[in-house]
Amino acid sequence: MMLEARDLVLEDRLAHVSLSLRPGEITAICGPNGAGKSSLLEALAGLLDVDSGAIGLGDRDLVSYQPRERAQAIGYLPQEHTVSWDVPVRRLVELGRMPHGDKRTEPVEAALRALDVEHLADRRAQSLSGGETARVLLARVLAGEPQWILADEPLAALDIGHQLALLKHLRRAADSGIGVVLVLHDLSHAMNHADRVIVLDEGTLAADDEPHRALAAEVVERVWQTQVEWIERGGRMALMPL
Amino acid sequence: MNRAVLVMAALLAIALPLSLLAGRVWIDPATTPNAALILGELRLPRAVLAIVVGAGLGSAGAAMQGYLRNPLADPGLFGIAPGAALGAVTALFFGFTASAWLLPLFALVGAGGAMALLALIAGRTGGIALFTLAGLMVASLAGALTALAISMSPNAFAMSEIVLWLNGALTDRSWREVWLAGPMVLLGMVLLMRAGAGLDALTLGEPVARSLGVDTNRLLWLLILGVGLTVGAGVAVAGIIGFVGLIVPHLVRPLTDRRPSQLILPSALAGALLVLVADSVVRILPLVTELRLGIALSLLGAPFFLWLLLRMRKGLA
Repeated sequence: MMLEARDLVLEDRLAHVSLSLRPGEITAICGPNGAGKSSLLEALAGLLDVDSGAIGLGDRDLVSYQPRERAQAIGYLPQEHTVSWDVPVRRLVELGRMPHGDKRTEPVEAALRALDVEHLADRRAQSLSGGETARVLLARVLAGEPQWILADEPLAALDIGHQLALLKHLRRAADSGIGVVLVLHDLSHAMNHADRVIVLDEGTLAADDEPHRALAAEVVERVWQTQVEWIERGGRMALMPL
Repeated sequence: MNRAVLVMAALLAIALPLSLLAGRVWIDPATTPNAALILGELRLPRAVLAIVVGAGLGSAGAAMQGYLRNPLADPGLFGIAPGAALGAVTALFFGFTASAWLLPLFALVGAGGAMALLALIAGRTGGIALFTLAGLMVASLAGALTALAISMSPNAFAMSEIVLWLNGALTDRSWREVWLAGPMVLLGMVLLMRAGAGLDALTLGEPVARSLGVDTNRLLWLLILGVGLTVGAGVAVAGIIGFVGLIVPHLVRPLTDRRPSQLILPSALAGALLVLVADSVVRILPLVTELRLGIALSLLGAPFFLWLLLRMRKGLA
């Protein structure tokens, strides 16, 4: 199922954004602070009332979905890692099954394994480190077995090792046919791991293309107003500020 | 069914028969004259009413803390209890106490008015924090009108009636109050328990709860109706009984896995237990006039609240 934005307008945040995302790909949304990345992701997740325009999932408008039906299809992970009560990790991950209204344990166990947090399952959520919390919360999304994973800065609280492990897992998810959409600040990660990059600048689409075109040095200079150079080594790209 | 439910139910099963025997006069069913009459018409309805009122306050407190994701939340925050109190005070102010039904009915109208005001506000504020502030304004308005009624009471007798009533008590209550409050508290508890799954999802914040398919408007309606029925009915028959809704979830939480949904039923049982025991204690205390239940619970509650704040500050430091 395609996930589409048609002429989205949201006061002060998004100005006539249209795009069409394919399942089975990792799409990175990049842009400077305040460019509207999180708003776009929330709108794509069906959590934001836009002023005009529409989100389409498959051949239907997202607003025509029942909340539970939408929740089965789209898993959303916000930037803030809120866990208000000190509940056991397994109970948190089980919340991912809520849209399905079942108590199946296999998806929960699989998600715990996939993010390497099985050993934390019986710990209390508020005793975890920032990186552990980030992985547990992504496991919660995976436990719902959504067709789309929309995550806002999922790498922000992770060390480099866990960042790469997580990206590897998201790649596996995409290879299995899931659509993965990530807001990413780290342009090198976007360049090396995304299939497609969307660059937002003050609420408008500045680029929507393959990574090496969407994040070309001249685009970065124009949008981020920073002189940069891409350095290639062994097929990997690194961003060098000048 | 969790451990907290079993523990609280067992304690309640022990406390109930003891509370029936306890009082200014200890009853020995075998020898006390008219024991059956005293138990059946005085002590039993009073004990059942304590259970009803306490269960309502406990479950409402647990649900409010879950909804606001704040362990310091109290069912009074939405302004429903102050609204009910205002209704009752209005009845006392105008001397509408000819029928025993009038005062609780006025209180229920007051609670209903507060709920209607909250319903008008719900959906327009678009957020839990703003809605809570609006609830505080409702509470503050009802409080101010109550104070106005006290300061303008027609005579000293009405004033003392109002002040005494506001302090909450279960003295001289009968089956009539049980039949009035019981069904409403029960219905309110059912609504609050239906909110449980949504409250669990709110643990991860409002956006995640919505992404999980929780209809946050429906959740708010369940809360307004559930708290309105449990607390409104409680205030209507017993006056203001503070701190139960605040304290009880804290006593119960360590016995559960801390999910809000797992806290509502045991908090109802623990609230029932607390009010039942407190009401038995005020009956036993050798004072000239019986200590008002509301005062007794606040005397217990305020130091606990202080201790809680200090402990939380330590946790944050």
